[in-house]
Amino acid sequence: MIFLRTLFKNRGEMISFIVFFALLLVVLPIVLPIFRLNLVGKYLSFGFVAIGLVLLWGRCGILSLGQGVFFGLGGYCMAMFLKLEASDPKSTAIQSTPGIPDFMDWNQLTHLPWFWEPFKSLPFALMAVMVVPGVIAFIIGWAMFRRRVGGVYFAIITQAIALILSLGIDGNQGYTGGRNGITDLKTLWGWDIRTTSGQYTLYFLCVLLLIVAALAAKYIINTRFGRVLVAIRDREDRVRFSGYDVAMCRAFIFAFAAVMSGVGGALFVLQVGFMSPSLVGIIPSIEMVIFTAVGGRLSVVGAIAGCLIVNFGKTAFSEAYPQAWLYLMGGTFIAVVMFFPNGLAGILEDNATLKAKALKLFAKLKELKASRAAKSSVEAPIEETP
Amino acid sequence: MSNRNSHVLDVEGLGVSFDGFKAVDGFNFYLAKNTVHVIIGPNGAGKTTVLDLICGKTRATEGSIKFKDRELLGTKEFKIVRAGIGRKFQNPSIYENLSVFENLELSHPSGRGVFGCLTFRRTPAIIEACESVAKQIGLAYKLDTEAGILSHGQKQWLEIGMILMQEPEVIMLDEPVAGMSVRERQETAALIRRISENRSVIVIEHDMEFVKEIADRVTVMHMGKVIAEGTMETVQKNEKVIEVYIGH
Repeated sequence: MIFLRTLFKNRGEMISFIVFFALLLVVLPIVLPIFRLNLVGKYLSFGFVAIGLVLLWGRCGILSLGQGVFFGLGGYCMAMFLKLEASDPKSTAIQSTPGIPDFMDWNQLTHLPWFWEPFKSLPFALMAVMVVPGVIAFIIGWAMFRRRVGGVYFAIITQAIALILSLGIDGNQGYTGGRNGITDLKTLWGWDIRTTSGQYTLYFLCVLLLIVAALAAKYIINTRFGRVLVAIRDREDRVRFSGYDVAMCRAFIFAFAAVMSGVGGALFVLQVGFMSPSLVGIIPSIEMVIFTAVGGRLSVVGAIAGCLIVNFGKTAFSEAYPQAWLYLMGGTFIAVVMFFPNGLAGILEDNATLKAKALKLFAKLKELKASRAAKSSVEAPIEETP
Repeated sequence: MSNRNSHVLDVEGLGVSFDGFKAVDGFNFYLAKNTVHVIIGPNGAGKTTVLDLICGKTRATEGSIKFKDRELLGTKEFKIVRAGIGRKFQNPSIYENLSVFENLELSHPSGRGVFGCLTFRRTPAIIEACESVAKQIGLAYKLDTEAGILSHGQKQWLEIGMILMQEPEVIMLDEPVAGMSVRERQETAALIRRISENRSVIVIEHDMEFVKEIADRVTVMHMGKVIAEGTMETVQKNEKVIEVYIGH
């Protein structure tokens, strides 16, 4: 019970959490065909990034425009393992060097680069999915937060890092697959990820991991650390002069958000079957911020819902008017920031508090009436006595 | 300043310059145990800068700050706080969205690292510490009130309370009674006398009546330098002081 109370502040929060994930786990798989369900799974992999942004941006006030970097790093770690498994000597027999990924062969590489070697092991790759983004984020974060780089400057630097990484991947085709990315991924430890049953399994895996991630985020929000994050956002100096290491707290939450993004990237690769630099750069990084803003940057469930809503909007709308979509998304972002800074979740919450306030007022009025009635009934006999 | 052991803080030759302008210059200051030491001086004398230098907010360019024989110069702010020096800012600096209780709790010294925060539990000892500090600052009946809706004076007290939670040996208060009513000033004076019973307090203040009421010792600053030090009576008779400050 105490544990539950750490996770959810009130019953409403718990109910919305349960309803939302029941929808993802039960209703959608029944209602949607596998093609659409796979799309939902793909969008939910962005949900991991959104959860990270709720902690980082919503709670701690650090706007990162480079979360695509960590999403990409996680995704590439996963894709490297899958690519190596798909490039066994038998299926790559027609290459001049069999047994290495096809794009390496096209680029006249004759042996596997050293940093690809450890990705032959699945446990290593799974660890790298979390450790690589986490460690890189911690180093970047620690270096910047220690020098009190924040606000707009931090956003610009993360943006630059996103550009550097996407260009770096793009420019080293022999080692990274270049602009095409890493494609033709087939099996995970001999298990085909492209079949219908495989896609169902991966969808459920994605939702279950998302629940774990959402609970972890909710736990952090409701501990003392969560309160310190908000305090840093609102009164940085006071936190520092209460004896907290502000730079360390920020670097930690930045690394945590990066680990989340990395897991999302890996699940994206598993469900979509490829990874490319177009998912790492500036535009996807900004899109991820928009998903979070629309859904609600203070609410874990809201941010995940934001990913689904914006992405389905994108799919539906860009099928009809492909050119107009970018303008619509930009417009939505501006509208949300200007009029609903806490996103859709904020609107719902405001409604709920209004309702609760109205109900309370109503109850008070009733009480007042009752007490008046009681008074008059007590006073009445006294008046009658003379 | 012969007996070193009776001091908690020895500041010697402290100086800082901003683009060539010496805001504090050759500043000497010795803080005795369990005393209230007030720094006064005209606007721009460098009083707040001295506090900034001691708590690490501004880096000194010369001199030394010794806290119980430990050099503080170049130490990070949060480490200075953890060593036992608390600082109250001029404008009330509290967490407006949190309750009075939560404000105090967040200032409790247990679990200030990242993992300490993540595994922090509200134990009876911590609740008791918060309640006893709330009583000291006269906000015991307001524990569940959101800090943002407190009056100006109560916010000032709350911030003093947050610093008391850290159990510091030295407390620095920057104009604690600015904007307070007469009654609030009296209560604050009593509060400062009370908390100085087992720790040292540095106060920056303009209000002379208030200074007379609380000060054990007074240091007068002018243009970044100390021009007089002693009890309030001796300082008031000092000709230099009368010339630059009180006489005007």
